[in-house]
Amino acid sequence: MNSIPTAVSIRAVAKHFGQFVAIREMSFDIADNEFFTLLGPSGCGKTTLLRIIAGFENTTSGTVLLFNEELKNLPPNQRPVNTVFQNYALFPHMSVANNIGFGLHMLGWSRKDIDDRVDQMVKTVRLEEFINRKPAQLSGGQQQRVALARAMAPKPKVLLLDEPLSALDLKLRQQMRAELKALQKETGITFIFVTHDQEEALTMSDRIAVMSAGEVQQIGSPSEVYEQPASRFVAEFIGDTNLLDASVVSAQSNQHNQVDVKLDSGECIPATAASPHALENGARGHLSIRPEHITLNALSTTNDLAGTIRNTTYLGTDTQYEIKLDSGVNLFTRTQNSGNQQHNFSIGNKVNVSFAPNSARFLSH
Amino acid sequence: MAAAGSGRTVSNTFAPVRNWLLLPTWLTVGIFMLLPIALMLVYSFLTKEFRGGVIWEFTLAAYDQFVFDRGLFGDEAPSIEWTYITIYFRSLVQASMATLLCLLIGFPTAFFIATRSPSTRSMWLFLVTIPYWVNLLIRTVSMKFLIRENGPLNQALLGSGLIDTPLQLINTNIAVQLGLFYSYLPFMVLPIYAAVERYNFSLSEAGADLYAGRWTILRRIVIPAVKPGIIAGCILVFVPSLGAFLAPDLLGGAKTFMIGSLIEEQFKGNAGNWPFGAASAMILLTLVLIALLFYARAQTKEQV
Repeated sequence: MNSIPTAVSIRAVAKHFGQFVAIREMSFDIADNEFFTLLGPSGCGKTTLLRIIAGFENTTSGTVLLFNEELKNLPPNQRPVNTVFQNYALFPHMSVANNIGFGLHMLGWSRKDIDDRVDQMVKTVRLEEFINRKPAQLSGGQQQRVALARAMAPKPKVLLLDEPLSALDLKLRQQMRAELKALQKETGITFIFVTHDQEEALTMSDRIAVMSAGEVQQIGSPSEVYEQPASRFVAEFIGDTNLLDASVVSAQSNQHNQVDVKLDSGECIPATAASPHALENGARGHLSIRPEHITLNALSTTNDLAGTIRNTTYLGTDTQYEIKLDSGVNLFTRTQNSGNQQHNFSIGNKVNVSFAPNSARFLSH
Repeated sequence: MAAAGSGRTVSNTFAPVRNWLLLPTWLTVGIFMLLPIALMLVYSFLTKEFRGGVIWEFTLAAYDQFVFDRGLFGDEAPSIEWTYITIYFRSLVQASMATLLCLLIGFPTAFFIATRSPSTRSMWLFLVTIPYWVNLLIRTVSMKFLIRENGPLNQALLGSGLIDTPLQLINTNIAVQLGLFYSYLPFMVLPIYAAVERYNFSLSEAGADLYAGRWTILRRIVIPAVKPGIIAGCILVFVPSLGAFLAPDLLGGAKTFMIGSLIEEQFKGNAGNWPFGAASAMILLTLVLIALLFYARAQTKEQV
């Protein structure tokens, strides 16, 4: 990380609204050129944090650094960051060109420079023929692009995006994901992207900060937060998972955090601990197993976990099976449909259930 | 397109009875709006009867009297009559000043109310409209008591040591101005409030995010967005101010005479010249219509 400069540094930032704690003290760094996502349910503090970086809210304590310069109490119009607002907040009485040029005009650019930059921006977002339209004459997707062009026109060091895709319909949203990602790579601007949509976060981000109740639960790459969730909240919020109550029976002291856990229903299972704190014998927690990490086999004599198929749901690419283990535990699994009928099971079939130890995550909180 | 389509369906459903349903509206507009104006238009071209009333004989005398001075017996060479033109000009200035004053006070007031919590907004609005439960005449008279030589305003100013001698406000243009301002302020506050309440404050944040200062945000973003409310308020204050007669009658004197008083006198007062009163009213109406026409032209130009 030393070679890449830090774009935004959150240092012990907390924000209270009266009695309500929007953000508990949090600290982390966002690297230059990074597509960084703040992901969490509504009310988790992600938008508040974004508004603090933009300057719309002051911190209760702590500071924000932008390229190592402290931003505390600098008003929004003096911060070299720009925002794409959730509902775009396009100026309704101005044309597309004037919306995009507004920030440049305020920065005192010359007429010619503004015109050149606006031309360049409308080309980037492919709105050339709409340059003289008013926002009300554009579709939702087009308005979204104007908001993006307007925020990127002043060449900000950091672009803040507050749920910019949430007002679009599904098809357009999926298309804009790819466009946003491409635009970020092309321009090299640091993106801080707020969303409650885990799929959006997984597909676009370099790194994700998963937030809940004003706290950062985990920061990592999309595959890290999905494959190696640090807490029960992350495991449940991102994707689907099986959560089983369990406790540690033997902590192995090797470097891979291997532990043997015992489910409350009695089975002993080799697993991977999410944090070293779980490595004490008797520590309680949850075992998280992603449904697609579970392999089903026709019943054999091995001492794998055995159970019965209770229900099957055809999902197109996958089939979801609900299984009741002989001990009474319910699991659900997802198996990719290969077109090979052999792998299909039906209700009532006896099956063996198996998964790799590093697919079973032991979460102590 | 979808809206137009559904509109057609509705009108088809009601087509057989549509004209009958609209009849009350047409009758109201016809009897209470168009007919009186037509009557005034006709009267303005008739000959005056002494002490009110008209003789059904066509003449341009009323309009001639407004513009030309032909001497006491009407036999001299015509010169421009400045009396009425001066009254009209004064009325335009007074009404414009009243509108400006209402805008300067009404805009921040409306903004203040619209940015309170929703539960307290109705209380603030109620406070603004409370004086309007009292008759306009009573209010104007009470204004007279407030600003007279030994009234509370002068007492307060003298008591605080800001002035040594009482202000002579009664019978001045300032008194009339105060009366107009006080009479019509809510007509400015309410439409602007309605516009500000609908204003999306994230537009102001977007302005700040794009490096605009407070005044620039107000001038370039907020005011254009609430402009329809400002214009509605200005029209609602300007038009009745232009024709007001209570405030100039009660608070002003001979030098503050306004159009409304002039017209009033032709029908009620000593002058008793109905055709001239009607002509004065038609000239006022024409001026207002021209002003509104210019506004409408400016609006359509902006839409393109």
